[in-house]
Amino acid sequence: MAAEYVLEMRDITKKYGENTVLSGVSLKVRPGEIHALLGENGAGKSTLMNVLFGMPVIHATGGFGGEVLLDGKPTHIASPHDAMLKGIGMVHQEFMLLPGFSITENIKLNREITHPNLVSRVLGKNLETLDMTAMSEDARKALDSVGMSIDEYTMVAGLPVGYMQFVEIAREIDKTGIKLMVFDEPTAVLTESEAAQLIKVMKKIAAKGIAIIFITHRLDEVMSAANAITILRDGKLAATREIKDTSIVELAELMIGRKGEGVVNVAPRVAPHERVALRLKDLVVEMPGEEVRGISLDAYEGEILGIGGLAGQGKIGIPNGVMSLYPTEGSVELFGEELKLGNAGDALRSGIAMVSEDRKGVGLLLDQSIEDNIVFNAMQIKGEYLHKLGPFTLRNSAAIRKEAEEMIRELDIRCFGPTQHAGTLSGGNQQKVCIARALAMNPRFLFVSEPTRGIDIGAKRLVLETLVKLNREQGMTVVMVSSELQELRSICDRIAIVSEGKLVDILSPDASDADFGLAMSGIKPDEHRTKGGSAQ
Amino acid sequence: MRKENLGEVLRKNAVTIMFVLLCIGGMAVSGQTPAYVVYELFGRLSRNAFLVLALIIPIVAGMGINFAVTIGAMAAQIAALWVVEWGVSGLGGFCLAALLTIPLASFFGFLIGKLLNKMKGQEMIGGMILGYFANGLYQLLFLFIFGNLIPLKTPGLVIKGSTGVANTIDLSTERGFKYALDGLWRIPFVQALLIVCGVVAVIVIALMATKKLSAKKGGITLAVFAALCLLVQIPAVAQIFSMVQVPMVTFMVIAALCLFNMGIMKTRLGQQFRAVGQNRTVANAAGIDVDRVRVIAIMISTVLAGWGQLIFVQNMGSFQTYGAHEQVGLYAGAAILVGGASIKRATNRQALLGCILFHLLFIVAPSAGKNLFGDAAIGEYFRVFVSYGVIAMALVMHAWSGVSRKKRPESALKA
Repeated sequence: MAAEYVLEMRDITKKYGENTVLSGVSLKVRPGEIHALLGENGAGKSTLMNVLFGMPVIHATGGFGGEVLLDGKPTHIASPHDAMLKGIGMVHQEFMLLPGFSITENIKLNREITHPNLVSRVLGKNLETLDMTAMSEDARKALDSVGMSIDEYTMVAGLPVGYMQFVEIAREIDKTGIKLMVFDEPTAVLTESEAAQLIKVMKKIAAKGIAIIFITHRLDEVMSAANAITILRDGKLAATREIKDTSIVELAELMIGRKGEGVVNVAPRVAPHERVALRLKDLVVEMPGEEVRGISLDAYEGEILGIGGLAGQGKIGIPNGVMSLYPTEGSVELFGEELKLGNAGDALRSGIAMVSEDRKGVGLLLDQSIEDNIVFNAMQIKGEYLHKLGPFTLRNSAAIRKEAEEMIRELDIRCFGPTQHAGTLSGGNQQKVCIARALAMNPRFLFVSEPTRGIDIGAKRLVLETLVKLNREQGMTVVMVSSELQELRSICDRIAIVSEGKLVDILSPDASDADFGLAMSGIKPDEHRTKGGSAQ
Repeated sequence: MRKENLGEVLRKNAVTIMFVLLCIGGMAVSGQTPAYVVYELFGRLSRNAFLVLALIIPIVAGMGINFAVTIGAMAAQIAALWVVEWGVSGLGGFCLAALLTIPLASFFGFLIGKLLNKMKGQEMIGGMILGYFANGLYQLLFLFIFGNLIPLKTPGLVIKGSTGVANTIDLSTERGFKYALDGLWRIPFVQALLIVCGVVAVIVIALMATKKLSAKKGGITLAVFAALCLLVQIPAVAQIFSMVQVPMVTFMVIAALCLFNMGIMKTRLGQQFRAVGQNRTVANAAGIDVDRVRVIAIMISTVLAGWGQLIFVQNMGSFQTYGAHEQVGLYAGAAILVGGASIKRATNRQALLGCILFHLLFIVAPSAGKNLFGDAAIGEYFRVFVSYGVIAMALVMHAWSGVSRKKRPESALKA
């Protein structure tokens, strides 16, 4: 007799070193069910899937706690290949297709149908001749079952992205004995009509008895496709719901959740909104993995503007685009003046400074001393801290030391002295050196990107307080990009939420969890309410 | 298929077109008779084509030009030395050397493959440096171990009063295997052409009879070959080929390698080569053991290169013990690039065309140099310069096409 659940993951716990990323998470999927898996970034969705697929990264870091049951029987999944043999398939977010192969060859990759020949009888199965006719017949069947009429001999290179997605699905369907398919953000790259078609196909597949785990951040799609929902938050199980018992607002709320108190407490104030400091118009940034697809946004002088959203949706692309670190289009106005795009030096000279999210890669010269790091940009871009001797320049060591010591005192950088190498500092102190370097430029405008990533809570508070102090005491306009909604809510005057490379809405820090959750999944909270949903 | 415009075609085949022009110019200036050039060309083709064809599989498997073929050549030379020492001559000697090459070259190929797997993306420079490194070990083997620790009895292999193996190993003595393959069946060009045409005609008709080939394509092929047969009946054309004696067996071996290269791509293993060559991540996700496939590709290539070197030395009749292998990778690599292959794509046709063009230039360059500058050395210099230049150009063009592929219009990001 068939078990009630095709997949049962019980009490899954996973630690990377000291860091617990999953604790006691359970997931139960019935045959023929579309089960949505929701959660913010870092909530543990991908780790859970890595466990399911037996990815090497899991085994190499000490395995996991808990049990995985397939068809009610405890199973050990050793590798992705093993998972495939046990009937678990994956439709990847990034297409796992070979452009130089035809659709048939892709569908049948490494599962080719062959017939023996003279050589293979001697040297083994690997030299058997491919049976293209049989392969394309199978491919045809699989393509028909996802409703694709395209010729199976077509090369994958040059296919529209939507088609590629369906080819991926056809490949999984073609695998014999498949019982569970994981769709990882399948609709992210599709147009609306393609996404609707995809959901139709998913329902068709589920109707055949194949279970589907549907990972997405689009809540409306969850409501229209899924039968049941599991929500993860901070590596823990937040909730499991049947679709009939829940609403889109409840899901949004569950996804965000209150994560304790605000990190720092800031006195409430009326946010300044008289003069525009930075005006973005149709900004398009080609930053791989963080594409910005046309954002218009104003930041007012003297405010702290937060930019939030899920990872990979483009929020980090905004500061990187304005600083011209990636190919950028559109227009940027700084205090009413048009900023020329295409050269990071120009952006720095115009008075914008940025604290990069990539502290160790872009932010710091790890083998240099703290003082050199602090004055590096000011020296290179503005020619400060230099003695001029005719055509030659020499470092002004005394001025550099003075500036560095001042910064160390002001930002409370914990170090042995200004000559310590930046690479030997802790994460939080490195972050402060990055901020010091930005401040040494005497900027009019400060971009801070993921300032609290990978640093401990005490350091987080210090960094955030520093930003507030800069803003309140020096009137510096700060735009902070962060994945930590709670941080944004604790210090920002307004929070812009970005989804799929576009601005969804600008919310007040006091807006409800549900509003933030809806916005992060690309639904404007106001519009949702006017369409008949309720906020609470 | 999208119709490509003229500029694109020119850009993609820039190296080949440049070479055709160079060859035409060189031939005009050199003052050599066409008959001599053709005669030389056939000799060089029979010597070198096998080595160039040995490069195809690693290119398809995404490892670029296998400059480590040098090591395959070393394996072949070790085998050749011992065959001479044992005094197995003629075809028997050649076959024994080929047999000995298999374990040696596959072992070296295995090690090379393992190492290249540790440096994915830098296989070409890795293979090249590995060749230099192996040269040191090879010298140790030939200067010290052979002849000293392992005595060699054959006179002439070790110079009296000196240490190590002699500078030149002569294969033309009664102990050697000079012309072991070439000498088996040598016939004038016109006869050879008629035989080839006959064989092709039989195959084409057989394929047409079993409906595996369309009547139209088969008809065209037959017509072309018939026209060729008629063409060489014209005395002026026949004159050009009058000096050529075609070593039929050697070319049959080369043809067999072409068939092997084509055949293996139609097998499961060939599909794995192509998959790994296009995208290792995707291939890995499909459950293909990427590292293993790459090692196999290098092993096959190394063994084939060893055989290629044997074909080369049996034609030359002797080889420089310490130098014969050094330029093998460079010249073979340059030849395949000249034929229009890139470090990502290569076919038999490109390998053969490249081999013809590259060696055509080699033949005409010295006398062209002499006529133009009054010194043959300048022509020599020129052809070495050209072979490095071709490789550099192919690499630059590869980098360019990579850049232009990335440069998609940004506005495409706007939904």
